[in-house]
Amino acid sequence: MEVKEKKVGLENEEYIINMGPQHPSTHGVLRLVVALKGEIVQRVEPHLGYIHRGIEKMCENLTYQQIIHLTDRMDYLSAHINNEAVCLTVEKALEIEVPERVKYIRTIMSELTRIQSHQLFWATFGMDLGGLTCFFYGLRDREKVLDIFEESCGGRMIVSYNTPGGLMNDIHPNFQNRVKEFLKYFRGVIHEYDDLLTGNVIFQERSKGMGVMTKEEAIAWGLTGPTGRASGFSCDIRKHYPYSAYDRVTFREILFDEGDVFHRYLARMEEMRESMNIIDQLIDNIPEGPYTAKMKPVIKLPEGEYFQSVETARGELGVYIVSDGNKNPFRVKFRSPNFVNLAPLNLMARGSKIADLVAIGGSLDLIIPDIDR
Amino acid sequence: MMEKSQLCAALTTIVPEAVTVEGKQFAELTVAPQNLRSVIGRLKEDPGLSFDILVCLTGMDYGTDLGVVYHLRSYALNHMAVVKTRISDRENPAIDSICSIYPGAEFHEREVYDLLGIKFNDHPDLRRLFLDSTWGYPLRKDYKDDVNIVLK
Repeated sequence: MEVKEKKVGLENEEYIINMGPQHPSTHGVLRLVVALKGEIVQRVEPHLGYIHRGIEKMCENLTYQQIIHLTDRMDYLSAHINNEAVCLTVEKALEIEVPERVKYIRTIMSELTRIQSHQLFWATFGMDLGGLTCFFYGLRDREKVLDIFEESCGGRMIVSYNTPGGLMNDIHPNFQNRVKEFLKYFRGVIHEYDDLLTGNVIFQERSKGMGVMTKEEAIAWGLTGPTGRASGFSCDIRKHYPYSAYDRVTFREILFDEGDVFHRYLARMEEMRESMNIIDQLIDNIPEGPYTAKMKPVIKLPEGEYFQSVETARGELGVYIVSDGNKNPFRVKFRSPNFVNLAPLNLMARGSKIADLVAIGGSLDLIIPDIDR
Repeated sequence: MMEKSQLCAALTTIVPEAVTVEGKQFAELTVAPQNLRSVIGRLKEDPGLSFDILVCLTGMDYGTDLGVVYHLRSYALNHMAVVKTRISDRENPAIDSICSIYPGAEFHEREVYDLLGIKFNDHPDLRRLFLDSTWGYPLRKDYKDDVNIVLK
């Protein structure tokens, strides 16, 4: 009997694998179609739409107060900042000056949101790279921020605390003490984050020089947030176009030149520290006064178009509202940071190993509902 | 940083084929679809304007016309401008892609194609982004949603 020689070795042939939509490292339902040659990534193609809810379309049938609750469901880790973006746009359109107290509370809440978002990034990024311990440390500290949210807002993650003109309700009497307690606690333990990951040789080996974006590329693709700033692109909306109380505080815009996975991670680490500094400057000076401006129950924006950007934990969220004078907007567009940051993934991952694709994807800190909307 | 009126004057001299008006927030340019790519190219390249960031690309349905709105920004000179264009052909709307000017426009344009059905000429990879081919174009004002309930 003739035995056919078995052909072994597909090394020179390209083959396609599906990563996701249910892959633990994509943190949601993102499907990446990856073309591989051996272990080397040739091409990455994101397939989106698994959690597309048509938020922009839904907004066209909702009032401005109702839209706030949908924005929570985009980037759920920056829920508070998303709310603020819509509120600021509506307030800008109506030319309402919100009370000072509101500005201070919004800023503090935004920075707490940023801290807990970066904590979760740190936790899951460590887990993506194989260090399960990070997950427990990160979530341990994040709980403390969520407890503060719960006390004042009622919700822990999707808070819907902002409303056009101000806040849903005043802060809890305990708020200032709880925040100061948290800052004291977190300053004491943040070195653990560095001990576990930042200084870890294995971690550095896996993240340095991976997925590099140069400054020119970052600008061309419009990367924002820590992802853009790690490439040296100064794009912090809080600095360039201050809103709420950001013009009253001094803080450092974290910039690095390397633009690799490690520096995207480092940018977030440093941002947590800067956020704590911002809260420090505000927490004792919250002015007394009303927690909301006087608003009509039915909000109708004057005819025209309004655009407002805010800095979420992942980058620039732009809200573009076109109004025809009715109580519902004519068109709402969310320029979501994750959508833009995902676009150059192919460029970043090409030529790296499949395991590094997980690191690169993790370093973008993607939130899929924000991409699909 | 230029004042808005100064910026409008500069825009009028550099891109005379666009109609520049001073909007409530930004300088607003209205461009005919055939001039779009050359206008945006010059806005980016001109050292006095240097709009190097495409912030936002929005597809619009104005009821009769379709349109695309571009928000451009320059961090170096700290100003923003809005470029608007309208397409009157609802059956087969097409416009030039600006991917060659801003590579980041690729996903934005696919999204607009997906949800509004506007085709972008010379786009490197124009496919639907979120929905499959059985859907219509949901962001159009005349879209009939038979399957889902839209609250009114």
